[in-house]
Amino acid sequence: MIDSRTLATILFVVFIAVTLVLVFRAGRSNKKSASDFYDGGASFSGFQNGLAIAGDYMSAASFLGIAGMIALFGYDGFLYSIGFLVAWLVALLLVAEPLRNSGRFTMGDVLSFRMRQRPVRSASAASTVVVSIFYLLAQMVGAGSLVTLLLGIDPTDTNAKNVIILVVGVLMIVYVTVGGMKGTTYVQIIKAFLLMIGATLLTVMVLAKFGFNISELLGSAKAASGSATFLEPGGKYGKDILDAAGNIDAFKTLMSKLDLISLGMALVLGTAGLPHILIRFYTVPTAKAARTSVNWAIGNIGFFYLMTIALGFGAAALVGSAKISEADKGGNLAAPLLAQELGGGAGTTGGAVMLAVIGAIAFATILAVVAGLTLASSSSFAHDFYANVIKKGNVDPKKEVRVAKIAAVLIGLVAIALAIGAQGLNVAFLVAIAFAIAASANLPTVLYSLFWKSFNTRGAVWAIYGGLIAAIVLLIFSGNVSGTETSFIKCLPDAASCVKFNYFPLNNPGIVSIPFGFFMGWLGTVTSNERNTAKYAELEVRSLTGAAIGKAVQH
Amino acid sequence: MSSSEDEKVWVETQASPEFQALRKKFRNFAFPVTAAFLGWYFLYVLLTAFARDWVSQEVAPNINIAIVLGVLQFVSTFVIMWLYERHSSRTLDPASDALRDKVNARLAK
Repeated sequence: MIDSRTLATILFVVFIAVTLVLVFRAGRSNKKSASDFYDGGASFSGFQNGLAIAGDYMSAASFLGIAGMIALFGYDGFLYSIGFLVAWLVALLLVAEPLRNSGRFTMGDVLSFRMRQRPVRSASAASTVVVSIFYLLAQMVGAGSLVTLLLGIDPTDTNAKNVIILVVGVLMIVYVTVGGMKGTTYVQIIKAFLLMIGATLLTVMVLAKFGFNISELLGSAKAASGSATFLEPGGKYGKDILDAAGNIDAFKTLMSKLDLISLGMALVLGTAGLPHILIRFYTVPTAKAARTSVNWAIGNIGFFYLMTIALGFGAAALVGSAKISEADKGGNLAAPLLAQELGGGAGTTGGAVMLAVIGAIAFATILAVVAGLTLASSSSFAHDFYANVIKKGNVDPKKEVRVAKIAAVLIGLVAIALAIGAQGLNVAFLVAIAFAIAASANLPTVLYSLFWKSFNTRGAVWAIYGGLIAAIVLLIFSGNVSGTETSFIKCLPDAASCVKFNYFPLNNPGIVSIPFGFFMGWLGTVTSNERNTAKYAELEVRSLTGAAIGKAVQH
Repeated sequence: MSSSEDEKVWVETQASPEFQALRKKFRNFAFPVTAAFLGWYFLYVLLTAFARDWVSQEVAPNINIAIVLGVLQFVSTFVIMWLYERHSSRTLDPASDALRDKVNARLAK
């Protein structure tokens, strides 16, 4: 009888060993230029980068979170899959190719193209680091609970979780500082490959159990859930809220539905503003290859999210929500538990093997994503902030890369410290913050920069800080932070009084902060006389033709 | 070549009829299609929020309209991706490659 903990540990170690070998080999070939660290020499093919994008994007929140949400709440988990996928069309049609053509290493390259460098690059670096840190925290907190549960460590044992967070943090620092973009890309490609194989295997096994009849799968999930509305929207979001007398509270119900729409906005508009996704478009040599990468990414991600439907409903039907929420309240272990069940159940060799394999894949998933995030934030710190703000563009590229590596270590250490402090926080909440900030601060600035002739420095700075601050302030004054049972500062119903300042009625700020980001970008632009039409000519011609691709802009 | 001469290349290219035609072909596809798929996506989100009774009707055993609409979002995403690839490789790429070579040749002088 094989013990799944031992096997999972062996598989973790094998994955880590293989990726470390690749990363060190990538690192040895990396001595030539700054470009190797930032964009892997822009030498990947569209297909390779498409897999790496998929590997960067399908985070623990996608694999574990969505399957778990479907398993526990039915239909509503599916909303995430749809928003996360449709979002790629924004990236494909409006952002990927112009960005590849007009920038070199960071999001800030494009945002500051025709602006005054220091204010715009500072703002861009600030929002890159903030978005990436929230996203990082979500992954690392998730890694802590996932691995402790998979290895059978007592979930209340915070020391064990801290050790796991530390291991994840140190590994991501090694991947990034040693392998740079090239090493990180290899890790993401391997992870995407493993995740697609694992998810396909599980999906085929689930469907086989139901004679490849979707209707039967859904029917069994509904029957096992005990809820007549399990297959309908409303299990988690946009619920009818009753008042004390048992009637529908019209205001609260409307707010709950607006919250759903607000979440939908952040999901669909956030992706094209995520810095770690944007910099992936620089790893290919041409706009055409950037487009091909997005096509491959959409193909993989779309197929994967379709599979999460089978995984989520399969887990609901075969494992049951009681067992899933017992193992993890958020449902994050639905997919691993489903694997165990499909292998033969707890206590069997098959179950142990399947649990270990899927657990190891989930761990690989987290490692690849955190490495991408650390790379994005350290690149932006070194290239935007250090080289162009502090040193005003006069810096030796070797020194710049050294600063990026030091920044990766520092950001890694900060993320480890914050993740250890943030252990109680809800993972989905942290991911939602990252998406909301990306959609509010970054997307308006990216789109205005590429397509609006009059856009200028003040517009860019106001859009970034406006969107960033609006999203964060609304979150602080929402039920996420105070006033409810699930808030960061908990307020239990039987408590006599509690500290609460949840004045904003929605949990997702996007519906207000995204339009606010666009508005501030417009307002800043029209109240300033600065126009740089010659530079806009250069940006527009470069972005549509790819002329002078990869060459620095003269300021 | 000095940067003011480079600047001239960019400004002249931007004003050229070839570039304006390319820009128009790009924008005339990308902007309306973006508006269309965002509209279709938000229609879906609004229906799941406000038309619960309608989307909960079953069209086949255990398959309701909400599930069908959700899967259609996947389908439309794949279709738009395919249409854009076709539009790019047939129309945009040849025009942008020709302009790129022309601009690069002028910049190299």
